[in-house]
Amino acid sequence: MDVIQAFWETVVQRQDLIIERTIEHLYLSFVAICSAILISLPLGIFISRKQKVAELYIGITAVFQTIPSLALFGFLVPIVGIGFKTALIALIIYALLPILRNTYTGITSVDQAIIEAGRGMGMTSSQILLKIELPLSLPFLMAGIRTATVLTVGVATLATFVGAGGLGDVIWRGLQSYNNYLVLAGAIPVALLALSFDFILKILEKKTTPKGL
Amino acid sequence: MITFKNVTKTFENGTEAIKGIDLHIKKGKLVVIIGPSGCGKTTTMKMINKLIHPTSGVIAIDGKDISGQKEVELRRSIGYVIQRIGLFPHMTIEENVALIPKLKGFKKEAYKEKVDELLKLVGLEPSLYKNRYPLELSGGQQQRVGVVRALAGEPPIILMDEPFSALDPISREQLQDELKLLQETIHKTIVFVTHDMDEALKIADEIVVMKDGLIEQIATPQELVQGPVNEFVRSFIGKERIHAAINLQNPAEKEISMIMEPVKQHATGELPSIESTTLIKDVAQQMIIQSTHSMYVVQNGERVGIVHKDGLLRELAGIVVEGA
Repeated sequence: MDVIQAFWETVVQRQDLIIERTIEHLYLSFVAICSAILISLPLGIFISRKQKVAELYIGITAVFQTIPSLALFGFLVPIVGIGFKTALIALIIYALLPILRNTYTGITSVDQAIIEAGRGMGMTSSQILLKIELPLSLPFLMAGIRTATVLTVGVATLATFVGAGGLGDVIWRGLQSYNNYLVLAGAIPVALLALSFDFILKILEKKTTPKGL
Repeated sequence: MITFKNVTKTFENGTEAIKGIDLHIKKGKLVVIIGPSGCGKTTTMKMINKLIHPTSGVIAIDGKDISGQKEVELRRSIGYVIQRIGLFPHMTIEENVALIPKLKGFKKEAYKEKVDELLKLVGLEPSLYKNRYPLELSGGQQQRVGVVRALAGEPPIILMDEPFSALDPISREQLQDELKLLQETIHKTIVFVTHDMDEALKIADEIVVMKDGLIEQIATPQELVQGPVNEFVRSFIGKERIHAAINLQNPAEKEISMIMEPVKQHATGELPSIESTTLIKDVAQQMIIQSTHSMYVVQNGERVGIVHKDGLLRELAGIVVEGA
């Protein structure tokens, strides 16, 4: 009971810091995910049209993914300096692969017969994309976004090392002052954030899955 | 209605799919293009709605060259039914059928009524089916919707690419019958591709037989079975179908080989001979001229059978003798 009480006291004492960092963390993750979607979605649609180069693009994003997250933050510091921008770029790079790959898989797995029927009936390419391909690949797309979101919320804890704040700050302060309660006060919100994002997106995924599938 | 003038198609990989065809498809006719796989029948059909572009030659609809027409507009005036049905799984039956009228900018009340009317036409009760999704329907029902969807935009022309070949035999027969019935009410110009001769003979007003990118013969089903122009067409129709068709009409038009009896071992005696492909009526004539009661039937110079006057008479008169 002492442990819980001590932990709770730390949380209450540092609540301003925790709330502020949580908002920072949320903001950073949210902007990163949105940017990654804005990049990956059109790119995924594009490469699904050009299957020859598709593997190359996916390969490049896969290579990014293999760079250890801490090292990636480190690489970016000499190039873009420190701060919010650096953290954002690193997080976007991480979120690209799951979204890109799932968009690509989703669109290319739409039954060719359905597309041929649409084309033969006189639908334009954009009508086929908007009315057939995207709705039918939405479950894949949402799965990609979910993976990317959970990943981003986790990795965003490292943003503190490039001076971009976030809940990593709380954890790092706790580590430096040998205050395990403070570490937990940072780590638990991160986990909760990741889980709740995942949960919300899961519901969204179910809602967006077209009926009849 | 649809004219092909000296049309060829060579694909990028060098395959010569169409080696020069001329074809005229008349308005309101159900024309079946048939041939073995790789004969170019599907390519021919897909050139009509510009899914495939010809390498040379002219395709015209109502006298207008289609190469200058916009693909999307052209296709909206041509219904399209494919073998794998291709209904949009995320749309209800009603949404599937109403898609083209909607894209064409028809009024909602107008096409809603139209959808109901069309579904009734193929025996799907609108109130029961229009809010269902394609996967909740059987294959036969799905393809009925496929046909109806092609009709919804009120196109004068409908292309059907082996529409019934993925269905079970019973549904296939049903849909063939329904299509024939439907055509009596709608009188569309239908181009129907198939590899199934029975289907072609059953539903076609006119049959186009293709082989290796060329048209071998264009004829009505009756003309086709009565007068295949060459060995390929004959074998593609199949001997049985030709014989069955002839049988129905006139036994005198049968080949003698069909009623000959086997030659008894070591049979000797001089008898006149006659080719196995000779028609019964000609054999009868020869027997009278040569005043004989029996003749040997020969094929490639070898005796393959014998024919007697009795047998000939029985066949011509349609007499069945027990044990004969």
